[in-house]
This record gives sequence, C-alpha cells and structure tokens, in this order.
Amino acid sequence: MRQLNKDVIYGIYSDEEDLLTAVRLAKSKHLDIMDVFTPFPVHGMEKALGLEESRLHYAGFVYGAIGTLTAFLGMTWIMTSDWPIIFGGKPYWPVPSFIPIVFELTVLFASWGMTITFYTISGLWPGVENPQLDLRTTDDKFCLAFDQHHISESEARSFFQESGAEEVNVKSI
Amino acid sequence: MSGGFVAPVRRPLVEGHKTYHQITEDLCSPTERTPSKAWIIAFIIAASTLAFGLFCICWTIWMGIGSWNVNRTIGWAYDITNFVWWIGIGHAGTLISAILLLFRQRWRTGVNRAAEAMTIFAVICAALFPVIHVGRLWVVFYFLPYPNTRGSLWPNFNSPLLWDVFAISTYFSVSLLFWYTGLVPDFATVRNRASGLRKKIYNFLSFGWTGSAKQWQRWESLSLVLAGLSTPLVLSVHTIVSFDFATSVIPGWHTTIFPPYFVAGAIFSGFAMVQTLMVMTRKILKLEEYITLEHIESMNKVILVTGTIVGVAYLTELFIAWYSGYVYEQFAFFNRAMGVYWWSYFGMMACNVISPQLFWVKKYRRSVFLTFFMSIFVNIGMWFERFVIIATTLARDYLPSSWSYYRPTWVEIGIFIGTLGLFFTLYLIFVRVAPVVAIAEIKHILKVGGDQYIGEHATHKHRVVSSDSHEHHHS
Repeated sequence: MRQLNKDVIYGIYSDEEDLLTAVRLAKSKHLDIMDVFTPFPVHGMEKALGLEESRLHYAGFVYGAIGTLTAFLGMTWIMTSDWPIIFGGKPYWPVPSFIPIVFELTVLFASWGMTITFYTISGLWPGVENPQLDLRTTDDKFCLAFDQHHISESEARSFFQESGAEEVNVKSI
Repeated sequence: MSGGFVAPVRRPLVEGHKTYHQITEDLCSPTERTPSKAWIIAFIIAASTLAFGLFCICWTIWMGIGSWNVNRTIGWAYDITNFVWWIGIGHAGTLISAILLLFRQRWRTGVNRAAEAMTIFAVICAALFPVIHVGRLWVVFYFLPYPNTRGSLWPNFNSPLLWDVFAISTYFSVSLLFWYTGLVPDFATVRNRASGLRKKIYNFLSFGWTGSAKQWQRWESLSLVLAGLSTPLVLSVHTIVSFDFATSVIPGWHTTIFPPYFVAGAIFSGFAMVQTLMVMTRKILKLEEYITLEHIESMNKVILVTGTIVGVAYLTELFIAWYSGYVYEQFAFFNRAMGVYWWSYFGMMACNVISPQLFWVKKYRRSVFLTFFMSIFVNIGMWFERFVIIATTLARDYLPSSWSYYRPTWVEIGIFIGTLGLFFTLYLIFVRVAPVVAIAEIKHILKVGGDQYIGEHATHKHRVVSSDSHEHHHS
C-alpha cells in the first residue's frame, strides 16, 4: 500500500449537508482542509472547498482533435499518394466519404485519452491500493480530514465539536 | 445532475424510505450471497445454449459457409439480420446512460447500469456475425487498415462496410469505458465490505478509489463528457449500419429515410430488451424498490413513442414507393407485404406498430405482466423487421430467373440461439459480480427521488442540498 506519511485527524458526519456546513465553517475559519471523502458526489462541494474547475475536458478536446487529424490526414495520404485507386468513379480525394470515420476516430481518441488521463492524474489504476481513512466513507459516512501538520489537535477537536461531527479519529496514513 | 427543483408531479424513484446504508446493503448483497436456485438454473440453460452456439460456429468454420442456406440471390440473410438486431438492442443502454443524463432524467439512475451492461453484451453478440459471415475468419484482420506486404493495399474508405468496422469498434470500446468508469466507485463500496481474496479482487477492480473531493469532481466531469461524446456516437452507429443498405442500388434499400428509421427502431428494440431484463432482474434480485413501476412506465412511454415513429416510417416507405412512380420500388414494397414472405411483414407490423399502441393506457403501462409480454413481442417484431428488409428484398431482385427463397439451416438457427445464450450468460455473470443498480448514483438522487422526501408517503420535508441554489443548474 502507498504511504503518504501523514498524521490525519478526521471527523465523521452522517449527512452530506452537515459535511457541507462543516466545510463552509472551516473555510470561514481559514482552516486548511486536507480532503473530504464522500460516498457519492456532493453538489456544491467543489465550490465550498474552493476547488478549481477540472481541466479534463480541455484535454479531451485536444485528444479529439488528434483523432480528427489522424483520420483525415491518414485517409488523405492513403487515397491520394500511397496507393490511389478509383472506386466507382469517385475522385481520389472523396472528402464526404471520410466523414463517418473521421467522426468515429474523434470520439475514440477523445474518450480513451480522457479516460486514461483521468485515471492517471487521480492516482487510480488496477492494483493500486490508496490509503483510506475510514471504510465507511464508501457506504453512508462523510469524512472531513485535516493534516495534523497544519492544525493542532485541540483546534481540530473544537472545530469538529462545533460543526457537529459524530466521531473524531486520528490516523497515520 | 440532481439536486435542485423537483416538480410536484414527480413520483418517487426510490421506495421503502431507504437510508444510505440500506441502499449499500440492498445493492451489494446480490454479489455477496450464494447464488439462488433460479440463478443457477438460468445459468445452466444459458451456458448450455452458448455451448451449442459455439458448436454451430465451429461447424460453420470447419464446413464452410455452405452449411448455411444463403445463395447467389440471397447473400445476406440470417447472419446480417441477427447482426442488425443485436446492434439495435445495444442502443438503449447508451440512450439511457448518455442521452438521458444530458436531459437530466433522474429515472435513468435505477436502470442505467444494467442497460449499459446490456449494450456491451449485445454489441459482443452483434460483432460475432460479421466476423463469422466472412467465412475465413482467420483473415478477418484484412478489414483493418494496417501496413501490409501487399502494397500496402488499404481497405476501401468509401465503403460503408468499412465505416461499420470503425463505428462498431468505437461504440463498443467507448461504451465499455463509460460503463466501467461508472462501476469504479461501486466496486470500491463492495471492496470496503469485503475481506480476504474478495477484497483483493475488488480492490483491483476499483483501481484504488477513495472517493475524495477531487476524484468525484473529475469523475463527474469525465462522465459528462463521455455522455456528450456517446450521444452523437450512438446516433452515428445505427446510421452507419443503415448506410450498409441505403448506399446500395437495391430497391427497398436505397432510401434516405433509413438512418432515422433505423435509429428509432434500434432504441425501440433496445428498450424492449431492457424491459425484458429489468422485469426479471427486479423480481429475482428483489430490487422492486429501486427499479420501480415508475421506471417501467417511463420506459414504456419510450417504447410507445419509438414504436410509433417506426410505424410512421413503414407507412412513409409505402407512400414514397407509390409516389415515386418507379416500378421497381413499387414492386419491392408490394412484394414485402404480399409476396412470399408476407407473414414476416405481418409479424413486423403487428408486433412493432399495433401492439405497442396499448401503452396509451396508463394501467397497461404500469402492468409488469403486460410489459414483459410486450417486450418479447417487440423483440420478435424488430427481428422480423430486419428479416423483411434483408431477405425479402433480396429474394425478388431485378432478374426473375434468379428469384429465390431462403430458409435457415439448423446451423444458422443454432448460431442465433447461441448468441442469446452468450448474452444471458454474460448478463448472469454480471449480476453476480457487480452491483446491478448504480449505488453512488442512487444515493445521489435519494433526496430528490426517495419516497420519504417526495410523493404521498413523504415524511421529511425536501431540503435543498446547498444554500445557493443556482449552482445546481450547471454541473
């Protein structure tokens, strides 16, 4: 298992709205949140945490454009210079005939490129074992974690008490 | 995708006052308990059918295509009929998972996982037929444009058959990515409940998912773009399948109506297959609270609409044939309805156009029993449609001396039944190893779709998840 060498103090909430309120409270106190772990995507969380918008879709556009060019230029090269053949009296460079394959390769490159990028930058890959704070965060619990290098334990505990956390735990990961 | 405003007319999509933990329990448990007797019996039947299909495929390869009844006049028959039928069935999965995601239809959540799985398995079944029907399938890679020692001699990029190779392989692989990316968080849920070898396997499958804020943010961004890409993709796939026919010069095939008509028919047959599977799945796995009558009714509405579109397309074809004043076209359509294969045209009309009209009645739309039978009817009708288009048209070509008749051999029927076996074998394995209903997505819609929050049995007042409501309208 991958080691992060972090001492973490985390609080557990049982509703996403309590977690959102806690995140907003922490932000207003300028506390440095390490991460939150939730069983499903909680809307408003990116904004509450102040996460930047994902740039994954820009990468997707670039991959798609590579697919478009690969298909278009590839077929152009094959049909006009590598081995030009007349099919049914059509011109050597039948651009309308290229549309379906150009479209398919655009989608293929964009999808695969984006998906591989997503798994790579998120540290997800077959066989990877990422450290988990609490196994219940994929079930019904919502977790807010602080790195103990950035917050004192007493400060964290009083924050969790104020924000209504159900449990507070300390863990090294 | 969820959150925000819920119209008062909306009925609950998750019944039984579920908590987040109960959802996890209910949806993980089918993968955790030992298989039921019903599952084992179904698996034995499906796997034996698959084995017979494999035998027939081997027979075809060993004996050659001569073991089929295709002939000089009718060169495409059972094989391509089955290919188009299966590929059409695949379309509903992508419609539910991608198009309904873009249209923010929350009811997709109960059925999207199983429908996407169905897409993948149906495309596998479909892809078998073009591969087998080339006869010498060990040289099937000639279809691919790869540098070779013959020149390089490349495939014909003007040919819709080659476009089909690209369309189907892209469709298969993109559907697989979409499906698997949705499964990753749910595999993590199963992993965190497991121990020992099972935990190791599910950790491998879940790619080490933890559910951190950044993972979810990127996951949603990826899902949305994949949905955006899959939407035109699914429309393109059956459009290109229809080009296989429409770009030819055969009367009855050479029509501009084919792309939209094929796509509507594909969605129609696909929803029928989803209904067949869902009615059985919700019963056997006891998921009636997640795949509710509301879901079944919504899908029956789609069946009604697409069935009617298909009906309009049939009538338009007849009208245009008459209106064209072109005798060959007129004969092609006269032959479909009144020729040697009249029974298959009749079956197509009865199953696809007439019977779904029952779904105008709300009581019938919400009847599980009727839905099941209707879904089988539609599957049969859509198989007849492809048979009518392919075999009936070819049987009576320009030259009366080459007119012919076609009936399948046991080998062809065996391969078709074998693909049904393959489909159900894969589906039965799927329901054992993966959560059939998307766990994270059900939890995500619980507060807007759970029956404790909306509908007549609501006990909790709906709470808006976030204080600033405007941010629900992007994402």
